[in-house]
Amino acid sequence: MSIQQLIWNYLKAKKLNTGLNILLLSLGIAMITLLILFNNQLEEKITNNSKGIDLVVGAKGSPLQLILCSVFHVDFPTGNIKLREADRLAKHRLVKYAIPLALGDSYQGFRVVGTNRAYSSLYQADLASGDWWEKDLEVTLGSAVAQLTKLKVGDRFESAHGLTKDGHAHDENKYVVSGILKNSGTVIDELILTTISSVWKVHEEQVINHNDQMPISPSLLVPSVEAGDSLREITSLLIKYKNPIAAIQLPRFINTQTSMQAASPAFEMARLFTLLGVGANALMGFAYVLIFISGLSIFIALYNSLKERRYDMAIMRSMGASRGLLFKTIILEGSILTFIGASVGILLGHAVLVFFVLIMEEGQKMGLSAGIFYVEEGVILAGSVVLGIFCSLLPAIQAYRVNIHNVLAGS
Amino acid sequence: MIATQGLTHRYHSKNGVLSHEIVFPDLAVERGESFLLLGNSGSGKTTLLHLLGGLLRPLTGKIEVEKIDIASLSETELDRMRGRQIGFVFQRNHLISALTVKNNLLLAPFLAGEKQHEERVDQILDELGLRDKKNAMVFELSQGQAQRVAIARAIINKPSLILADEPTSALDDKNCDQVIELLNKVAMENNAALIVATHDHRLKSRLTKQIVL
Repeated sequence: MSIQQLIWNYLKAKKLNTGLNILLLSLGIAMITLLILFNNQLEEKITNNSKGIDLVVGAKGSPLQLILCSVFHVDFPTGNIKLREADRLAKHRLVKYAIPLALGDSYQGFRVVGTNRAYSSLYQADLASGDWWEKDLEVTLGSAVAQLTKLKVGDRFESAHGLTKDGHAHDENKYVVSGILKNSGTVIDELILTTISSVWKVHEEQVINHNDQMPISPSLLVPSVEAGDSLREITSLLIKYKNPIAAIQLPRFINTQTSMQAASPAFEMARLFTLLGVGANALMGFAYVLIFISGLSIFIALYNSLKERRYDMAIMRSMGASRGLLFKTIILEGSILTFIGASVGILLGHAVLVFFVLIMEEGQKMGLSAGIFYVEEGVILAGSVVLGIFCSLLPAIQAYRVNIHNVLAGS
Repeated sequence: MIATQGLTHRYHSKNGVLSHEIVFPDLAVERGESFLLLGNSGSGKTTLLHLLGGLLRPLTGKIEVEKIDIASLSETELDRMRGRQIGFVFQRNHLISALTVKNNLLLAPFLAGEKQHEERVDQILDELGLRDKKNAMVFELSQGQAQRVAIARAIINKPSLILADEPTSALDDKNCDQVIELLNKVAMENNAALIVATHDHRLKSRLTKQIVL
């Protein structure tokens, strides 16, 4: 017999009550755990995906849309910008580097991105097999794309317009897979990378540039065309500042002096999170309500069982148990209960995420992982034990004060 | 072994205004002796037992257990003394219902801070004919069996004093006989003093030394 055994037997003797308390608490904790997992991993994704991108330049429209489209590849383009203007901006003295993007097509929901190798090096992408895209209509697949579409090096496929699986197919020009990337844990895993001119080629009704000659003065962003080409367009430009002054001057310059708009990923994401935060806060609030109720329920359970156990306690005192031991027993009972509830809750939260990743394609695409444990979860566990101690404090004080004589004499 | 001198206790009525004092006769009980504490209900039998067992502090007077004045003991020392020297047997509701018979018995040395020996549990249960109930839950026992387990628990720490409060009044004649015989026997075997408080007339013939309140 030990204090743990004694407590365990008491908890076991009231299986329904104990089960209900654990269930209540674990639901609240699971919800918080899930929010923590989502929030942290989403934040990590966002930081990883927008690393090295200070500014996105695109056609005028919603700045948030521009960011979602050009950095995270979840929204549609705001429109196109002239290559000529983009070229001019890329040469600006405050720009360290500029990466062009040409968007518009997708294959089985995965976006085809016309860009250059600077884009893949932005995410430190490595080849798993095959080669980088070189010529027009050659593509290199992100790891998730290769995994879910089952495309292999050498396979050919047609892209479809838009981001949906059943958009209008461009069946005139087929892409050929030249290589597949290693998993990087960034948005590039879900992209199909090719040259900008491939995207043009697929979309042109008639091929404009018939001659395969090298241009006399090539464009900075797309060397295969002449600089100053007045017809070519791209979707957006990812810019890295040369120095901190650029953060002040460049966006203003672009927004006022050109027909394009500039949007900062950091700023737009912060704005998005304040909007989403309302929902997350509501869920968090609900979770806290659940935890509060479970705390109350544990308190009531201990308080009620104490009434029934007054006799038990008096008997134990008559057998030599000290007041302190009874106090300790009740406090431990409360905290063991909340510790079990919190542990179950945290595991439940992770289990829900495992389920989410397994069942939903979105979960896989987001690259969420259920195997990561965060410091916050440890804090939750510790907090739950504190909650248990708090809830059992009053019953424990009453146990401490049990008047043995009165209880045993039945008065 | 245990001796009292000029013990008094003050009772308070429910509203706390009226109170009356009760004066207990002095008594001295040696190891191996058995006493019957007789009196009508309300005469203070339970109170006297609680005073003797250190569950209650007297208004005035002195209680010496093994020549130690228990008034001089701190609360913790009193708890220790109770756990090691005294075994209580109550009328009913005395076993911890969340625990098995075995764990109820092991609770006594645990709470008294002594070593727990499972062989001692087996030995006592054998003696009381309860071997097959070792792993039973308390609610599976009959009244008589429960009372025998309570006696087992009272003597597992080999106390020098056994205090029994109405141990037989909830039992039928057969179980009553068994229980009092058992109490007598284990007190003798452990060379312990035994005080049985009761208004049960069936016991008068079994214990000859009597104190009447």
